[in-house]
Amino acid sequence: MSGSGGASNPMRVADLGRIDRTRTLSFTFNGTRYSGFEGDTLASALLANGVRLVGRSFRYHRRRGIVTAGAEEPNALVQLGTGARTEPNLRAPQIPLYDGLVASSQNCWPSVDFDIGAINETLSRLLPAGFHHKTFMWPTSGWLTCERFIRRAAGLGHAPAEPDPDRYAHRHAHCDVLVCGAGPAGLAAALAASRAGARVILADEGSEVGGSLLGERAQVNRNDAIRWVQEVVTELKSAPGVRVLMRSQVAAIWDHGMATVVEQIGSGAPVPTHLPRQRLWKIRAREIVIATGAIERSIAFGDNDLPGVMLAASARTYLNRHGVQPGRRAVVFTNNDSAYHAALDLHRSGVEVAAIIDVRPEPSGSAFDAAIAAGIKVHAGHGVLRALGGTTVRAALVAPVDVSGRAASDARGTAFPVEGDVLLVSGGWNPAVHLWSQARGKLKFDEALATFVPDPANRPPAHVRCAGSAAGAMQLVDCVVQGLAAGRAAASDAGLRHSPTISAPMVERETTCPLLPVWQVDYPEACRYKRFLDLQNDVTVADVELAVRKGYRSVEHMMCHTALGAGTNQGRLPNISGLAILAGAIDTPIPQVGTTTFQPPYTPVTLGAIAGPETGLALDPTRRTAMDGWHAANGAVFVNTGLWRRAQFYRQGRERDLEAVNREVRAVRNGVGLVDISTLGRIDLQGRDCAGFLQRIYINDFATLAIGRCRHGVMLREDGMVFDDGTVTRLGERHYLMTTTTENASAVMSRLEYLLQVEWPDLDVYLTSVTEHWAAMALAGPCSRAVLEKVADIDVSDAALPYMAYRECRLAGVPARVFRISFSGERAYEINVPAGHGRATWEAMMAAGQPERLTAYGTDAMDVMRIEKGHFVVGPEANGRATPGDLGLHRMIRKEGDFIGRRSLSKPGLAAEDRPQMVGLVPVHAREPIPRGSMLVVEPRQVTPYPMEGFVASACFSPTIGCAIALALVERGRLRKGQRLWAMSPLMRMSVEVEVVDPVFFDPAGARLRG
Amino acid sequence: MKYSIFSLARNAVSFHRDWPLAWRSPAPKSHYDVVIIGGGGHGLATAYYLAKEHGITNVAVLEKHRIGGGNTGCDTTIVRSNYYLTANARFYEHSLRLWEGLSQDLDFNVMFRPRGVLNLAHTHADLENQARRGNAMRLNGIDALALNRPEVASMVPDLDMSPTARHPILGGLLQPRGGTARHDAVVWGYARGADSRGVDIIHDCEVTGIRRDGNRVLGVETTQGFIGAGKVGIAAASHSSVVAGMAGLRLPIESHGLQAMVSEPVKPMLDAVVTSDAVFCCVSQSDKGELVIDGNVDGYNSYAQRGNLPVLERVVGAAVALFPSFSRLRLLRLRGGVMDMSMDGSPIIAKTALDNFYVNCGWCYGGFKATPGSGWCFAHTIAQDRPHELNAAFTLDRYTLGRAIDERGAGPTPWLH
Amino acid sequence: MLLIQCPFCGPRDQVEFSYGGDAGVPRPADPAALSDDKWNAWLNERDNPAGEHDELWQHSMGCRRWIGVRRNTLSHEVVSSWALQPAKTA
Repeated sequence: MSGSGGASNPMRVADLGRIDRTRTLSFTFNGTRYSGFEGDTLASALLANGVRLVGRSFRYHRRRGIVTAGAEEPNALVQLGTGARTEPNLRAPQIPLYDGLVASSQNCWPSVDFDIGAINETLSRLLPAGFHHKTFMWPTSGWLTCERFIRRAAGLGHAPAEPDPDRYAHRHAHCDVLVCGAGPAGLAAALAASRAGARVILADEGSEVGGSLLGERAQVNRNDAIRWVQEVVTELKSAPGVRVLMRSQVAAIWDHGMATVVEQIGSGAPVPTHLPRQRLWKIRAREIVIATGAIERSIAFGDNDLPGVMLAASARTYLNRHGVQPGRRAVVFTNNDSAYHAALDLHRSGVEVAAIIDVRPEPSGSAFDAAIAAGIKVHAGHGVLRALGGTTVRAALVAPVDVSGRAASDARGTAFPVEGDVLLVSGGWNPAVHLWSQARGKLKFDEALATFVPDPANRPPAHVRCAGSAAGAMQLVDCVVQGLAAGRAAASDAGLRHSPTISAPMVERETTCPLLPVWQVDYPEACRYKRFLDLQNDVTVADVELAVRKGYRSVEHMMCHTALGAGTNQGRLPNISGLAILAGAIDTPIPQVGTTTFQPPYTPVTLGAIAGPETGLALDPTRRTAMDGWHAANGAVFVNTGLWRRAQFYRQGRERDLEAVNREVRAVRNGVGLVDISTLGRIDLQGRDCAGFLQRIYINDFATLAIGRCRHGVMLREDGMVFDDGTVTRLGERHYLMTTTTENASAVMSRLEYLLQVEWPDLDVYLTSVTEHWAAMALAGPCSRAVLEKVADIDVSDAALPYMAYRECRLAGVPARVFRISFSGERAYEINVPAGHGRATWEAMMAAGQPERLTAYGTDAMDVMRIEKGHFVVGPEANGRATPGDLGLHRMIRKEGDFIGRRSLSKPGLAAEDRPQMVGLVPVHAREPIPRGSMLVVEPRQVTPYPMEGFVASACFSPTIGCAIALALVERGRLRKGQRLWAMSPLMRMSVEVEVVDPVFFDPAGARLRG
Repeated sequence: MKYSIFSLARNAVSFHRDWPLAWRSPAPKSHYDVVIIGGGGHGLATAYYLAKEHGITNVAVLEKHRIGGGNTGCDTTIVRSNYYLTANARFYEHSLRLWEGLSQDLDFNVMFRPRGVLNLAHTHADLENQARRGNAMRLNGIDALALNRPEVASMVPDLDMSPTARHPILGGLLQPRGGTARHDAVVWGYARGADSRGVDIIHDCEVTGIRRDGNRVLGVETTQGFIGAGKVGIAAASHSSVVAGMAGLRLPIESHGLQAMVSEPVKPMLDAVVTSDAVFCCVSQSDKGELVIDGNVDGYNSYAQRGNLPVLERVVGAAVALFPSFSRLRLLRLRGGVMDMSMDGSPIIAKTALDNFYVNCGWCYGGFKATPGSGWCFAHTIAQDRPHELNAAFTLDRYTLGRAIDERGAGPTPWLH
Repeated sequence: MLLIQCPFCGPRDQVEFSYGGDAGVPRPADPAALSDDKWNAWLNERDNPAGEHDELWQHSMGCRRWIGVRRNTLSHEVVSSWALQPAKTA
């Protein structure tokens, strides 16, 4: 076979790869058009086109090429797409190619070939790790100026500037066994679990099952391994209860077997609008098998970031899976067997393998034998000192090294170049332990693999096990056997007793030669050339050694200080190497240096997928009352109160906001108005002990409440602060109805349930939240009875329905509850009808009230009227720091018996005389407003800090009084009536002189309530 | 060695071979005048100010693992003093002023940058609360500005300013001097500063017991043996309850998980720190370009340092609702911290019922920004055996006395603060 | 995402529950008889162990029962859960 993929794909091999050569795809990279095939990734297509330079590094802006074939890619981060659909920082090996794809390099200006930022390279000695802590300190403004430049250099790609046009879905699923990864171990596990009768979900990030087998040329059952893969998939897909999710990355394992999986919808191209772009699966699994494989690591040597330096297994994947040769002449550098397989595959496909440089003095084993048999030259006991070349690899500088990778002091004399246009490196393998670690499984150091592997003796509390390369198995036969065993065990632990016998497929065992843990090639002149550990963050061996010299000796401090592993590949490539270099520098065995724990997610997940549909308008549900449609149709301006939307006021014509509110207030005070109060919480109480229960939760007396009567009640928290208020109506002998504030409806319900279930289970009280059952409205004003008479089928005279009384009746034919309760200070009736009749009743009332000019009013007018009446509300006055005494409710407190919060009222701080107390305020100069949110001081002098005497809680213009009024909490306020204070609002540059007055501005005797 | 551009240049010539250790790693002595339990930002700052302000240098900071490995390492690093209640406002303002001179004071760039902390208002009630808070801040001598809708929109162009949004943005309260700093730099700066003044920072030294003689603490049992102490201070954040329990004290503290979410780095697009109490979300962009997002505590006692999906979804949903163009950015890391939530949402820097035993805890979400002020006040409290005026209100007995400092008004339910 | 065994409904997702804190602090029968210190201790001092913790949860999106849960605060493992008292029948 020789490399000839046509003129457009110079590096393509004719008959290799799992691509569809009948489907040519055209794409653009950095403004140049290229072509590839269905089945390519952006990375494989770029390599096929001979594109070497794909990006610039973060700190030094060095030229960088594609290094890997997976999520661990540090260099080939691209900006994909344009406009609102653009996405930064995508890794080229993970982007499936589609027709019309547009991508560009990041972090370079003006272009990837000529990048001005490369000047940093020249300055690089001044920019060692942590440099920013040591300079830019004098003067302060100097740092802030420099920071602006550092900041401009920050980041990789660009965020979109427009809202995301795509949708994201969430989906829940349950299964017995979740298998993460569809490579050989994962497939075997899924198969075994499925045969045991388990409900299985198999998820893999790839578009095809097979995992590593797709990039290798392995044999199973004396046949192409892909055959076996297909057999297994066919069986799985036909098995009941098995779901195979492709292009689905297990992103995280949470508590108690919950895993989140991100599924990419479609083949990579923008999805049609009826489909979500990504789907986040929330899978609750009884058992989880992690079969996420292993990730190849590199060896540090001089200029090991030159484009053309690649990981050996990745090159093998590009060749076998995509039919792309990484170069014409390859130099292979390794400390283990796996690179030999890459060399052999390349050799067979027509790539000239110049030599295998093996740091091991005496390599052996079947792969070694095959390489020798193929005529490939092996330099045992040698290392690559440095990659040579200007813009791309031209040769490797090779010299003999000892078993720690150190070249002799006369390395210069013994070194020789080995020419090649691609340098393939393998430093061994790291199991992908991220999910295991997320699930809080412990790791142990495996000397043979020279890396951390899951410690099966320390399984996480969640039911998680590892299999295959993720568990440290490096031979196919072991992966398959482990997979089968894990699947079987998982099914059994999930409670499936059926245990089928599955014979393992035939896989030949290789004879191997142990890895030699060499992390870097060291020689006397090494420090002249950068030896990179973390390519994305430009962290070198020297940076780690410097961190150690400065005392950053724990792995976390070193990584924090150098930014090693902080890149978007989450340290997949550099972490272990960095750890090993650190361990060497402080002369401590690697296991004692420790490792980091991995937090979710496994690979970066879009915020959109995490949020799913519950963002934007659906972030919170919008609760609407039964009359909401009428409000909307009649000029209502809405306001959010908790989850509810309520009519703030109704605008007529070209009225300004305040004009509308004033009009509504006057209508109620002089005639009659109707307001929607459906949002108040309503709780139905039934049972023998209701009265006793109410005694324990309210500060005032409920023992004497007669049937058919209503009473206002105030509740405290146990710390003595006012919690909520509302009314209680006794509907029957053992039947009460309680209202709560809109804000606290659910908190009060939950609190009362707590008290009844946990503290006082002996009480015979049953609670039902009936907020949603009723539509509620208040008919208020001197003419309210006249309107009510027209629609009610009962006598509503003051004798029959006095103040604070309750009657049932039919209103406009609808069964209704009528309570003579007032919040506005006027004669008023609160009316409840079944929610379904709410709008019809409202409309009937409005029609009946036309002669009286019945006016709908909103929450603002309601607020003005309650301020005029000096009623506190939860929020401004009852702000969680106010006692009943503060709010002037001390006379309401029952003399006898305990209630929630009573004990705290006698604490010194709550009984103190200097407490803030609720008072009224009026401006000394009647035309001045009282600024909302202003603070009260004795004199407006100009020196801070000011001693503050109190604050304005609620302020408004009172059309009834004809000036601004306010409720305020003022230290010893009740003793200060008649005194003057200043209401200061520095934010609005206002200070207004005010006088302390009684908080009840209007009808203090309450004559209007009773009519 | 003094850090400067000159020392950097000098070392560049020598290939950075001669940088001295930022701090020593001594073995513990048998006795110290003061032992601080906890080598996070607060503990190290306390040791630094004990040495610098009070001349007490025979001090050890005992750290269970490595310094700065707890909450300091997983904070969203926001610095502000936009508090309503005077006790909080004055304390955090003092802390903010220390931040403003901290890099020079420590000779270590902690990368504090006043980028502005903007609190969004979504309802009229929010506007009124913000006005009250902003006015109180101004009268306490703290900077605050009320922004209207157009001002918010021009300051943070990526916000969804649609009047029909689920939680429409009506305005905001800006503290221009608020900002962010680098969490690890603060720890290292204080460690280096304390170390150079003679403080011993002891790593891998877990306190396993506290030895008492009646009302007096004699010292601490540790994994490195007994260490005698004239005075002992706890700055153990979420582990305060556990450590105080060794001395027989119960604290009004619960430990709750809080996650910080970090995105992949992108080019600068968000300068201010933007927070919204209505949707419980705080978003900023780090100097590296990462978005840093956090929200509410997870809502149940936890020491697990691991995130929780429902809160993650909620907070990210809120962030995307506020910033619809952020939806395509990707979450790179979750950091799980454990917050020491107090019963009123305000901290405790106080003497205890024991003669020579002091506590510093209850930082809730506020710990990072408090670091300098907390260390400064705690050092004063330990050195003088009485609180400074700035932390006089942050006592343990304020709950008994009914003088809680309840900024949110949520009462003694720690996970609601 | 915790999985909590509701003694009335079976295993349910955490999102169906609300947290109620330390289960070991029953309200004193006669608060007036307590000293300020004792009352404060009840009101403000909770168990806060790094390990197993008895706590209250309400199945608020389900049967609305308050239940007891023993949960490890280090691992989040739910050790057990129980009904606080026999359910009353309406």
